[in-house]
Amino acid sequence: MSRILKWVRAHLVVLAGLLALAYLVLPNLVVLAFSFNKPVGKFNYEWNEFSTDAWTNPCGVADMCQSLSLSLRIAVLATVGATVLGTMVAFALARYRFRGRSATTAMIFLPMAMPEVVMAASLGTLFLNMRIPFGFTTILIAHIMFCLSFVVTAVKARVMSMDPRLEQAAQDLYATPTQTFLRVTLPLAAPGIAAGALLSFALSFDDFIITQFNSGPTTVTFPMFVWGASQRGIPVQVNVIGTAMFVAAVALTVAGQWLGNRRKATA
Amino acid sequence: MTDQLRDATGGDVRLTGIGKTYGSFTAVHPLDLTVPQGSFFALLGASGCGKTTTLRMIAGLEEPTSGTVLIGGQDVTALPPYKRPVNTVFQSYALFPHLDIFENVAFGLRRRGKKDVKKQVDEMLELVELGQYARRKPHQLSGGQQQRVAVARALINHPQVLLLDEPLGALDLKLRRQMQLELKRIQTEVGITFVHVTHDQEEAMTMADTIAVMNGGRVEQLGAPAELYENPATTFVANFLGQSNLLPAEVTGGAGEDLLVSVAGTRLAVPRARCATGAERVHLGVRPEKITITHATEQVAEGRNKLAGTVLDSSFIGVSTQYVVRTDGGQEVTVFEQNMERDARIVPGAAVQLHWNPAHSFALDAAQAIDAGTAEEAA
Repeated sequence: MSRILKWVRAHLVVLAGLLALAYLVLPNLVVLAFSFNKPVGKFNYEWNEFSTDAWTNPCGVADMCQSLSLSLRIAVLATVGATVLGTMVAFALARYRFRGRSATTAMIFLPMAMPEVVMAASLGTLFLNMRIPFGFTTILIAHIMFCLSFVVTAVKARVMSMDPRLEQAAQDLYATPTQTFLRVTLPLAAPGIAAGALLSFALSFDDFIITQFNSGPTTVTFPMFVWGASQRGIPVQVNVIGTAMFVAAVALTVAGQWLGNRRKATA
Repeated sequence: MTDQLRDATGGDVRLTGIGKTYGSFTAVHPLDLTVPQGSFFALLGASGCGKTTTLRMIAGLEEPTSGTVLIGGQDVTALPPYKRPVNTVFQSYALFPHLDIFENVAFGLRRRGKKDVKKQVDEMLELVELGQYARRKPHQLSGGQQQRVAVARALINHPQVLLLDEPLGALDLKLRRQMQLELKRIQTEVGITFVHVTHDQEEAMTMADTIAVMNGGRVEQLGAPAELYENPATTFVANFLGQSNLLPAEVTGGAGEDLLVSVAGTRLAVPRARCATGAERVHLGVRPEKITITHATEQVAEGRNKLAGTVLDSSFIGVSTQYVVRTDGGQEVTVFEQNMERDARIVPGAAVQLHWNPAHSFALDAAQAIDAGTAEEAA
């Protein structure tokens, strides 16, 4: 009895970790499994038989790949826009004292704290009143706006923790302000910038509510397509895209970890 | 002749009227300072005395409120740090964490567009005995190794002046002693002017040719270590550099080369040359190790300064014994006695005579705080 207790005590953390992992990964595994299904009717909810049809013909569903490509384009542009803007805002907030600094800090936090649907509706009203036609541009503006707060938060935390003496050391070693920024400041802030960019991409790619309120009749993003399709029956190809995204994300994370470890071990 | 002339001014650091204020707070009062080419110069003082600010003004990392900085005869006051012929070894080193040791050391050469840095960097790493660590990252090195990288990174640029900001502060005592000798060796080898900021008086005395003792944004005294120690000009220097017995005294007259003073009724002599003041009321100073302690019944030679007292406390510290004696005048005097021929009668409560060569006394103006620069005052 005591031996069992001892074993449990020694392995409790591992067990808890595995349970948490299962909780996180199980839905993804279901999506993966059903991407190989050949459903009987329109609905891909019951297992019928194994098939690679969806994988060999991922764009076989009308309009799906167009929506995917639109989502990817918006996500990339929103990420670039939010990362560049957000990094500059973060440096300004972390490094300088200026009028309106605390107000900016508070406002930057707002998009994260405010209910998304409220923001979506108010943005829609704004665009309508400014007579900006709904479409690609309005979606992009909206996405950059809500991604911005995440980039600012991530980069600011990183910049605040950077030792100002490192930049002074660079200047002392004949680096001009530009060289100092490119050779020292930017590489040191890079992990924060990368984290902000990754978050931005993920947030923009899967945003539904804000996009729904600010898109035009021809701009159907991937999440909107999935939502529309779910009324009539979700095609198996959606599972293929979902699985591909999941695998890509895992691969990115593992590669990042591996690179980090290798740098620590051998460099 | 021309070589001599160039050498004479090549690495001179000349500060004239240099000062720094932050709002209403004055970090450094306008001061003049000349650091001769090739010397090892220490700025010594407690934290907040303005020594680091002074160093940073030489480096260009701090803009002076007044005054000019000349390096090798060139006015660099308006130049940004990256245009000054100086390099700094920062407190806690400030090595670039994202670059390996090789790239850290090569940084300055690369910024100036130097080709073929490999040979130079390898040589420099050999000099500081870190050749096999070239591809490691700074965090994989010990504190002492990081310190050597920081020195190599600065020295490889052959600056006219090397600035060191508490470079040994983060090391443990044994390593610090070792690095002091190492830095001194490197300085002698390369012949570059070193300006070293430290709060450790022992470190300053071990390494520097000239020390400037700073207090409250001012230079209290400037001179060779022995000169400062033997002949302090202020009570701060007397107490901050080593330990001093300072006794309130009144000048009563003179006798030839000596000035006669009265300490609580006892007449003592002090050489006129060692009086930093012409005041009537003075602090008579004598270092604890200059005093000899003998039992009250022993005969003391003529011509020595003598004080009678009672032992309050004695503590054995290996090479010496430290006594605290209360004089008959009521002052407490500390005495360090070498453990050679100890008189077993000198124990707490015993009546003793303290005596020393009058040439070892010094006198300071009594207008200054008698405890300036002591640990008690700092606390």
